[in-house]
Amino acid sequence: MQKGGFNFDLYQRNVELIEKNNYKVPKTTKTGTTIVGVVFSDGVVLGADTRATSGPIVADPNCEKIHRISDYIWCAGAGTAADTENTTGMISLQLELLSLSTGRSPRVRTALTLLKNFLFRYHGYISAALVLGGVDFTGPHLHMIHPHGSTSTLPYISMGSGSLAAMAVLETGYNSKMGEEDAKSLVHQAILSGILNDLGSGGNVDLCVIKHKSMEFFRNIDTTNSKRKFRKKLPYMFKSGSTKILEKEIKEKMEKMEIVNEKENEIEELEEL
Amino acid sequence: MAGKNCVAIAGDTRFGVRNQTVALDSNRIFKINNRTLFGMTGLNTDILTLRESFKFQMNLYNLEEEREISPKTFAHNVAQTLYSKRFGPYFITPIIAGLEGEDYTPFLCATDLIGAMEFPKSFVVAGTGEESLMGVCETFYKENMEPEELFEVVSQCLLAAVDRDALSGWGSVVHVLTKDGITTKRLRTRKD
Repeated sequence: MQKGGFNFDLYQRNVELIEKNNYKVPKTTKTGTTIVGVVFSDGVVLGADTRATSGPIVADPNCEKIHRISDYIWCAGAGTAADTENTTGMISLQLELLSLSTGRSPRVRTALTLLKNFLFRYHGYISAALVLGGVDFTGPHLHMIHPHGSTSTLPYISMGSGSLAAMAVLETGYNSKMGEEDAKSLVHQAILSGILNDLGSGGNVDLCVIKHKSMEFFRNIDTTNSKRKFRKKLPYMFKSGSTKILEKEIKEKMEKMEIVNEKENEIEELEEL
Repeated sequence: MAGKNCVAIAGDTRFGVRNQTVALDSNRIFKINNRTLFGMTGLNTDILTLRESFKFQMNLYNLEEEREISPKTFAHNVAQTLYSKRFGPYFITPIIAGLEGEDYTPFLCATDLIGAMEFPKSFVVAGTGEESLMGVCETFYKENMEPEELFEVVSQCLLAAVDRDALSGWGSVVHVLTKDGITTKRLRTRKD
């Protein structure tokens, strides 16, 4: 069994399959995404849309893009869905172990360093663009992390394919003396702008408000974009027997076998020569 | 597709190398335990490898834990196995369907080739005909279907999508999993 880390066993075979045999590789799920973070007077607000795409098809119309790193440190992720999930998961567990061994509650800066070091080691091949926000004992923090491992610390951030649409809203509406309600509404508008104007973003709006020792997660706070207006009222009814069957096999649930009679194995005695 | 305390997985049984059909009876849907069904599409060699690999892992799990794995845990196991090959992945798209917990709530999970999971409540699709499948399933899916109706809906969706996909067909199999067991039915599809 493998020890840990990534396994490159199939890499050579895959290269040959793609180049020589023209194999059509299945698509990875990407989170096209609009993710946004804003610092306000008491804390941080993170926002994200909920669309995950596989090429031009919407693979998941309601996925969760805001991941928990620690109780009061959360991270929104854009890029390849598997990468953002596993990266934030790995750093979350490293941070938990670190905070248990140091006996201190974790800092946002620590999560930042762990994430950027991890991503830099893979030189951008792990395609995870993250907006990391949280409140620790030093106050509220908000950082952006690019897939190659560079970071920035800013009062308001937007990333993902819808970042330009969201940044337009943020630049217009941000002021450094915002309160919680203003910040929430600004993030909401920024994500909505991404959902409406960017094809890679869509679905509902998720919001996460982090203050000192308090975190509120508003999952699907705005679902106006995902309600289908003209749905057929009467569903299609398929009568039983409308599909022709060739063979039918019913397997009953297999229970564990119970031992009824236990006899000790009667070992034949070896004949002594 | 999920119904009321039941789930169904359907798949075709053609195995081909690009345009040539090699086998008509390749089974790609496997039973993990009484509560979990696992289907894969993609490169056949990877399907076979992973089938053996998961069989081995599940046998070990049953011996160590002395209980059956829950579908959700199995789905996470699949995702982790796929992500460990992030840079050199298995070319498959798996689907996990099962009944979770004491009240047999339906559980569905689909991942991409590197293990990004999604947990929809209605249906999951995979394969060369996945775009057509998504369209038909979106139309015909209803909430809270009983097993008989679920079978009909799933079969019709599969047959419709397979008709529009040149690389699928030549027989299909539908498994409906309820708390009493699995009902497997084979359907006639177009043989072209």
